[in-house]
Amino acid sequence: MLLIYCPYCEEERSELEFRNAGDAHIARPTNIADISDEEFEAYFFLRDNPKGVIFERWRHIHGCSRFFNAARDTVSDRFLTTYKAGEPKPDLDAQPKTAATVETYEALEGAAQ
Amino acid sequence: MSGVNRISGAGRLTPARTARFTFDGRTLTALEGDTVASALIANDIHLVGRSFKYHRPRGILSAGAEEPNALLDVSRDAARRQPNVRATVQEVFDGMKVSSQNRWPSLAFDVGGFNDLLSPFFAAGFYYKTFMWPKAAWHSLYEPFIRRAAGLGVAPTEPDPDHYASRYTHCDVLVVGAGVAGLAAALAAAKAGAKVILCDEQPEVGGALHYDSGTLVDGKPGYAWAQETGKALADMDNVTVLTRTTAFGYYNHNFVGLVERVTDHLAAVDKTLPRERLWQVRAKKVILANGAIERHMVFANNDRPGIMLASAGRTYLNHFGVAVGKKVGIYTAHDSAYEAAFDLKKAGVAVAVIVDCREQPGEAVLEKARHLGIEVLTGHSVVNTTGKLRIASISVARNGGRGARKIAVDALLVSAGWTPSVHLFSQSRGKVKFDAATERFLPGTYAQDCLSIGTCNGTDDLQATIDEALAAGELAARAAGAEGGAQVALTGQNAFEWTGGMIGAAEGAGPDTTVKAFIDFQHDVCAKDIRLAVREGMHSVEHIKRFTTNGMASDQGKLSNMHGLAIAAEALGKGIPEVGLTTFRQPYTPITFGAIVNHSRGSLFDPARKTPMHAWEEAQGAEFEDVGNWKRAWFYPKAGEDMHEAVARECKTVREVAGVFDASTLGKIEVVGPDAAQFLNLMYTNAWDNLKPGRCRYGIMLRDDGFVYDDGVVGRLAEDRFHVTTTTGGAPRVLHHMEDYLQTEFPHLKVWLTSTTEQWAVIAVQGPKAREIIAPLVEGIDLSNEAFPHMSVAEGRICGVPTRLFRMSFTGELGFEVNVPADFGQAVWEAIWARAEPMGACAYGTETMHVLRAEKGYIIVGQDTDGTLTPHDAGLSWAVSKKKPDFVGIRGLKRPDLVKDGRKQLVGLLTKDPKVVLEEGAQIVADPNEPKPMTMLGHVTSSYWSSNCGRSIAMAVVAGGQARLGQTLYVPMADRTIAVEVSDMVFFDKEGGRLHG
Repeated sequence: MLLIYCPYCEEERSELEFRNAGDAHIARPTNIADISDEEFEAYFFLRDNPKGVIFERWRHIHGCSRFFNAARDTVSDRFLTTYKAGEPKPDLDAQPKTAATVETYEALEGAAQ
Repeated sequence: MSGVNRISGAGRLTPARTARFTFDGRTLTALEGDTVASALIANDIHLVGRSFKYHRPRGILSAGAEEPNALLDVSRDAARRQPNVRATVQEVFDGMKVSSQNRWPSLAFDVGGFNDLLSPFFAAGFYYKTFMWPKAAWHSLYEPFIRRAAGLGVAPTEPDPDHYASRYTHCDVLVVGAGVAGLAAALAAAKAGAKVILCDEQPEVGGALHYDSGTLVDGKPGYAWAQETGKALADMDNVTVLTRTTAFGYYNHNFVGLVERVTDHLAAVDKTLPRERLWQVRAKKVILANGAIERHMVFANNDRPGIMLASAGRTYLNHFGVAVGKKVGIYTAHDSAYEAAFDLKKAGVAVAVIVDCREQPGEAVLEKARHLGIEVLTGHSVVNTTGKLRIASISVARNGGRGARKIAVDALLVSAGWTPSVHLFSQSRGKVKFDAATERFLPGTYAQDCLSIGTCNGTDDLQATIDEALAAGELAARAAGAEGGAQVALTGQNAFEWTGGMIGAAEGAGPDTTVKAFIDFQHDVCAKDIRLAVREGMHSVEHIKRFTTNGMASDQGKLSNMHGLAIAAEALGKGIPEVGLTTFRQPYTPITFGAIVNHSRGSLFDPARKTPMHAWEEAQGAEFEDVGNWKRAWFYPKAGEDMHEAVARECKTVREVAGVFDASTLGKIEVVGPDAAQFLNLMYTNAWDNLKPGRCRYGIMLRDDGFVYDDGVVGRLAEDRFHVTTTTGGAPRVLHHMEDYLQTEFPHLKVWLTSTTEQWAVIAVQGPKAREIIAPLVEGIDLSNEAFPHMSVAEGRICGVPTRLFRMSFTGELGFEVNVPADFGQAVWEAIWARAEPMGACAYGTETMHVLRAEKGYIIVGQDTDGTLTPHDAGLSWAVSKKKPDFVGIRGLKRPDLVKDGRKQLVGLLTKDPKVVLEEGAQIVADPNEPKPMTMLGHVTSSYWSSNCGRSIAMAVVAGGQARLGQTLYVPMADRTIAVEVSDMVFFDKEGGRLHG
């Protein structure tokens, strides 16, 4: 079960409180009535389904009820970051590496000597 | 005396504390603290079951959770009977009944043993090849036969009378396994001030110290140190020690599932205690101290009762005080088994021989064996065994030599070395790496915040294990934020350094294809089966596993996986890492459905939502139907009426007099704010800014793809306030849909959404006398047609309480929907009923509601639509604004597929024979004589007997339906073909005058 940080509540909560809401950063065209079939297809139907980092929306449905965005690694299910709706896509290379919190035995060997 | 094999002065149980139990009807005496396995062996019983496929006699192989053979049926009483219990894990309690499984008529003489003689026909994969022809025999012959033969135990037939508990908890450091490593790590983490949970599957802490008699920790005998340390930890406020608790699953983000067995070992059970407790632990750091599991040797007939793992033999002797035999042989590839011989010899048990397939065992154990006068045959292998229901002798031959020497034994302890338990590490999605020098898979790349220590990490030396554990405990505590001071130092010493180990088939497994050298005892998989799988073209370890079923039994191959892998690698001519390991999955050992289902049983399985009038409806004898989680009154049968008669009466009564209907389950959303009308303009196809306060409108909601998502009546109470209703089942998703657009696409709009479904009780009063019924109860609202016409809403009072009164109708009759605060629902209902009943009105349920709306052609979203219908398909083009620049779905509606001709459209259907009622879901065709597959035009969505029309009525989606009015189509059924005429959807009061009555 995932542990998800809600950027509005500023707390890590269990996945049970959340609902996934699909890909993030897909804006509904303001002139939607006038767009071409191809543009509509791209907006409504086409998704990447990446192996690796995905930017996706979550809703804290059993909490503050807000929609927010997250960057999650679809392989490890690790959340790289979560941020409020409307904020720009974060530069993940600039983020502190959460991977640093994962220790390996190699990291421990020195301490054990 | 608690069994002939109990050795006075040996073991840690108290001789005076006995418990009696039965095994296959025979009463036996055990000691408190015995497992079923140790108690049976104490009573000289090794034969405990028959194997799955060949029905071969089987005994107890291990002394722990890895046991593949000794699966028994254990019961406390008729309802508390559990099949497939591992005898090596289940503790004996006074009065327990134990039975063997998979044998008939008796354990000693089993008819199924015939299978063993037929085994040439039962080679691996025979299921896939044998039961192919003729096809028809599958249902009548093969499947019933396989089903009867499949499975070991017999499932209990009575409901489980026990209850189970569930806890969620958080901790800094979760330590799994309370052997030397786990205890030391927990101690270091606890002394640093971390909140620690330490769990272990056994009844006491200690792990391998249960049997490893020569170990000293902190200068004390290992087991004694473990008990002292366990107690000291349990006494600390920041530590929880859970014994009899298995960590069965490692899930995402350090979420670990534990199951604690609370009462299964007790003779007298306190009924207030749960049988098991499920712990769902979220740990900042997890320390895995899972230890290692000993492997058996793979040689011919290695499955006879009396053959067991060397460490198990030591456990039974050193912990339970039980000798596994009177003349014990040892067959090993690893030094650790020598210590079993030493322990037995010291306890006065004859050791026949130590057969070691290695040329050069460890010098220290060899020297000790010589000193104790035990014969050691190095470079030899056991090539066969004899003994019908228990091992009687072993045949030993020089490796590569001819001629075997027969040695009489009544037990044989075997060891091929140790497999590190990387199960939880692997479940955490960590990647294992193969250590070629020691031929074992060890934790490699970590995926989660955990550390492996001790033997599960490949650390063999005791002092190294302790140092590693102390460092890991402190590191984990610090990383989790603990700031306590005390550092821990401990010393540890083994009696002997161990070397050796092998994987795969030993000499005695033979190269030929008839020898039964078992790898997987529970599924009767032999070395030859793996070779056969490779010969037949299975080259992936996953394919070999499935073809042979190696490792697929309930023990999940804890003993067999490495052997199977090595034999496959050899047959494939590849290295072990290239062949690869199958994936470890949760659960580590089987867990009960009771623990998983837990409280979610019976009425707690799924919450039932009940309306404020539910009690009244129940008292009136209503039948209920489930709509989502709601319990809705379905119909109100009078004495002697069936459903059909009750619904026909209710339908007539509503149209002739009036009816009262509980509509409280309708979803309700309060939409408030200066931009509320603008928001609804975007969410619905209709226009809302021109709706005046005090008026209502039927609205259709689409998704952006243009398909109908929901519908409902929306009332405007004020310029900035709307009362939105949704379908009963749609309320949560409609609110989610609205919130989604409001928060993420239209955040500039000043609008607030609030679910008010449960705040309002809704009483629909419908029929010619509806106004007369409610008028005297209403204050402050003029109910006349002029002041309060169809599709009006007003706030006032009814029966002295506030109401939002709607003039609307889902029946086609003059109608009102009385919304009152939920707490007043039943009182207002009863007041309305007190007026309605004397006038001859009735209460009606959802079935009548469905028929009445169908008579008027009103659709139900989700019944007449299915997520692929546009408003135009549903005949609702009038409700789609052509002037609005935008609404959700506006672009989707213009998609080429949605505007093309021939789409399925909603129409009415009238059967040529008015008495025939169509089946909902039935398919519709144009030509009933067309050969199959026929061209299907659509299907029936709603179909009823209409007492008001005096005939059947139906709605259907039909390709190009609106252009087919008047056409005759056909509904082919299994027994006949029904002719129907396509009609419009209004079957009753086509002019609609009754609405305005």
